[in-house]
Amino acid sequence: MLRLKTEQTNHVQVDKPSARLSLAFIIVAFASLSVGALAGMLQGMVRGGVIHLPSWINYYQILTAHGVLLGLVFTTYFIVGFLFSGMARTNGGSLTKTALRFGWTGFYTMLIGTLMAAFEIIRNNASVLYTFYAPLKAEPAFYIGSALLVVGSWLAGYGMIANYVAWKKNHKGQRSPLFAYMAIATVALWQVATTPLAIEVLFQLIPWSMGWVPTVNVILSRTLFWFFGHPLVYFWLMPAYIGWYVCVPRIIGGKIFSDALSRVAFVLLLLFSIPVGFHHQLMEPGISPAWKMIHVALTLIVVLPSLMTAFSMFATFETTGRAKGGRGLYGWFKHLPWTDVRFFAPFIGMLFFIPAGTGGIINASNQLNAVVHNTIWVTGHFHITVGAAVALTFYGIAYWLVPHLTGRTLTKKANRVAMVQIVFWSVGMFIMSTAMHYLGLQGVPRRTDYTDYMNNAEALSWIPWQRVMGFGGGLLFVSAVLLIGVLIYLGKFAPKGNEEYPIGETDGEQYTPAILERWPVWLSVLAVLIILAYAMPIMEQIQHAPPGSPPLRTW
Amino acid sequence: MHLHRYEKIWLWLGGAGLAIFITLLAINAFAMGMQPPSDMQMIDPQKVDQTPPFDKPGLKQIGEKEYDAYMTAFAFSYAPSVIEVPVGSKINFHVTSKDVVHGFEIPKTNINFMVVPGHVNSASMTFDKPGEYLILCNEYCGAGHHVMATKIIVK
Repeated sequence: MLRLKTEQTNHVQVDKPSARLSLAFIIVAFASLSVGALAGMLQGMVRGGVIHLPSWINYYQILTAHGVLLGLVFTTYFIVGFLFSGMARTNGGSLTKTALRFGWTGFYTMLIGTLMAAFEIIRNNASVLYTFYAPLKAEPAFYIGSALLVVGSWLAGYGMIANYVAWKKNHKGQRSPLFAYMAIATVALWQVATTPLAIEVLFQLIPWSMGWVPTVNVILSRTLFWFFGHPLVYFWLMPAYIGWYVCVPRIIGGKIFSDALSRVAFVLLLLFSIPVGFHHQLMEPGISPAWKMIHVALTLIVVLPSLMTAFSMFATFETTGRAKGGRGLYGWFKHLPWTDVRFFAPFIGMLFFIPAGTGGIINASNQLNAVVHNTIWVTGHFHITVGAAVALTFYGIAYWLVPHLTGRTLTKKANRVAMVQIVFWSVGMFIMSTAMHYLGLQGVPRRTDYTDYMNNAEALSWIPWQRVMGFGGGLLFVSAVLLIGVLIYLGKFAPKGNEEYPIGETDGEQYTPAILERWPVWLSVLAVLIILAYAMPIMEQIQHAPPGSPPLRTW
Repeated sequence: MHLHRYEKIWLWLGGAGLAIFITLLAINAFAMGMQPPSDMQMIDPQKVDQTPPFDKPGLKQIGEKEYDAYMTAFAFSYAPSVIEVPVGSKINFHVTSKDVVHGFEIPKTNINFMVVPGHVNSASMTFDKPGEYLILCNEYCGAGHHVMATKIIVK
């Protein structure tokens, strides 16, 4: 009986209207990735001294494009598309009418915003990088476009909340599906985290770029930005964790290790990703060392949910490997599906996350930060976190999600090409990020065009390693081309069929404390943490504001 | 909520390691005075050229082998353009920006901080080895960001 139930639940198909919505987001995500990857490859080549850009294009323009397209557009679109599909999948295959309406409104709002921002980047009117630090001033349309991108993602999030509420109404007293729970935690994090960004853009940058106010409070704008900037990385990470916790166990034919602990990890991520932004501002004036230390301590607590995740993953791997006949201390390792890209891609992502997390602890440390701050070490760090751990997981997901949504199948051949793609990405990223970490320790700055600082001997000694970096970037670009090729094949040409949407289950019935699903409790705790970490310093930055800065265009 | 015995051990070890680490960071910062550069002084970025001591950027000797260096950062350079001190000198850098956000970094040293318009930021270092030290801008500041540098000559 139980087996029958499992079989049935694992053949739920996401229905047509929901699939169309989800697919629309996924398509924009990968279109954006293809342009962003090209920009990234060019940067690597320039920095390696291999090519020079033509005079009509500026290094910082493609740097802005790379950051915005990959860091903001690709991730946000993919995440919204993936979460919608999973909400539908765990709701009998469909989204409610309200959810669909919010979803499409969000999609078009985001699209208009993205196109507005892209237009200004192309015109070289917004070479301010994706962090748009004032008083560098872009055209107002860039800020308005970015705001629309965020507002659109809110609308999409409200759609998911509507779907979740509807599920709860139809399943009174039941625990929500793990996927839906995690998606809602992600939506909550995004809503809270993007609020200060919206405040910065709406109340500081837009009026100032329009010329309605003469100056801007720079330190306040930076604090509001990093209030958003760190949870942004958890917004990337949490959907990847959903892939790890919920989808990977089913793919390898195992069980979810613990439903309750998975939820605890997400609650901790929600709580401790937000009141921590000052660790990006450790080297800044105008913020006292005591507040910096408080944020550093809160930042490091994230070690706990990371350790929990690592334990859960390897527990699932070992249990599954042993159930399949693995003997001895490490025999289970051989029994994992190494040639299945749906497992291989996220697994390699997990491996990247080990050095990535270690590097994160270094970056967040008060004193060590002085060695690496704003060096290319940091670029290396986020290329192995979001660029490897998260990106590889998203690719692994896309390889089954796209055919599932288009009613096709991931064929053996496509799987093989996809494996090659993942290997290229991993090797390219390993080479590039190793060079970046090494160069960063030598003091090489990030976000900088090719330079030898007027024949400075020290700067000249960096160039060979920068070439290695560029080589890694070349491999990554080859990988991106393969990725797009396979995804087009899976969406348009692969044989028709039913590709499974893998949703794992726990081993038997497990007890999960009801408090984990009482959102008002966790949002209140979060509010207290935010007030504790931010109320005083932000009040001070407003009351004792530094003399303001007029808008400047230095590019 | 069931917690596997091994997971308990794993989390206790991780948690204890974390507690020790945070304590060490705090001791480092507050007991040993190794705090990140966090100067609270403010200045009007539009009037840097009229505000002493930044109206005349340069070195000021304050001890036998100690100097205050008042410097300005602007697109795309620093003032003064070259600094010279004898070996063993301690320099207290005080830097502010006349326009956008800049960085101030001496590669392979612990001198690395943000120069934010509206604020002065500071850090100190003793130069025990002779040679030429590169100062570079490590925060994107515009089209000429990659040429923004200066040097310290230690003799």
